[in-house]
Amino acid sequence: MSLTIITGMLISLFTLNAPIAPVALKPGDTAVDFKLKNVDGKMVSLSDFKNAKGYIIVFTCNHCPYAKLYEDRLIAINDKYSKMGYPVIAINPNDPTAEPEDSFDEMKKRAKSKGFKFPYLFDEGQKIYPQYGATRTPHVFLLNAQRVVKYIGAIDDNPNDASAVKAKYLEDAIVSLQGGKDIIPNVTKALGCSIKVKKA
Amino acid sequence: MQRSKHLHFLIYFIWGLTATAQSDVAVPLYEDFASFQKVVLHDETNQVKLINFWATWCKPCVKELPYFQQLHEKYPELPMVLVSLDKKADANGRIARFLAQRKITIPVVVLADGRANDWIDKVSPDWSGSIPATLVFNRGEKFFFETDFESMEAIEAAIDIQSLIKNK
Repeated sequence: MSLTIITGMLISLFTLNAPIAPVALKPGDTAVDFKLKNVDGKMVSLSDFKNAKGYIIVFTCNHCPYAKLYEDRLIAINDKYSKMGYPVIAINPNDPTAEPEDSFDEMKKRAKSKGFKFPYLFDEGQKIYPQYGATRTPHVFLLNAQRVVKYIGAIDDNPNDASAVKAKYLEDAIVSLQGGKDIIPNVTKALGCSIKVKKA
Repeated sequence: MQRSKHLHFLIYFIWGLTATAQSDVAVPLYEDFASFQKVVLHDETNQVKLINFWATWCKPCVKELPYFQQLHEKYPELPMVLVSLDKKADANGRIARFLAQRKITIPVVVLADGRANDWIDKVSPDWSGSIPATLVFNRGEKFFFETDFESMEAIEAAIDIQSLIKNK
């Protein structure tokens, strides 16, 4: 009995308190699945999407101006590609004690006012974003059905003006993935907001 | 009497206009990275400079500006530049007003080249693109920080300021 309790305590110590070593995923790596709370209160995992051919994971948030600039584009990408088997899954990686605008309640409000049809998940305790190596919002990770990373980076090359975009990096990557072609480029960089972590 | 009152009013009116005009100072604007690189990062291997990338909308950036200002006042001889990643239009008055209100006197430029994927690696291959970010040149040595600083002391702990001053 007491052994069970001690073992249980030890396990919880290791699983709950062990710091997660940050990994920066690269194309070709396999990303972890997760179970995170959606704005509708339900828990969401990648494995819930039974017929997915891939996953468009976007670390994004409420407060960041760059994240806001891309909300409508993410909605359009989800409308176009989720029915082809590539759903958008948005994850807010920020600690609301460091950025109150990114609290779960504020996420619910934002999802409602923008009419998000994709999950908008809360990385409660900030356990998932370090396992992807997300560093900013917005930060995209395109995975195939086996959760192998195919593309990392920006949505396109013009945050400020959607009508002046010359390179649709993410959409081009999805189309290449659909066609079984090489994705070029498979890593891009963009300006964004740092992920907000509470400082000691 | 009446006349002098009017004169006073006129003087105050003109003074007010001048004061507004002064806070509407335009700051140098670079719309393409190549020109920014030429002027601000020029000859990076052979200079001493502390360059902070920020924006008015970035809370941790704005929070650390006073720490850089303290550093600037403590070491006026240390070449520093703030690189605002705000909109092109903000170069014409808004940035200068924003900094003046916060009593920040470090020289500032605006870099408004939207093709960030083409130039982020040229600033530093270590940069993922989030701000604040700080780049330091010390005569051939290059240091890069993609983080915010919590105090002037934290900047001094991370960057060897004495060595920068010595090599200037």
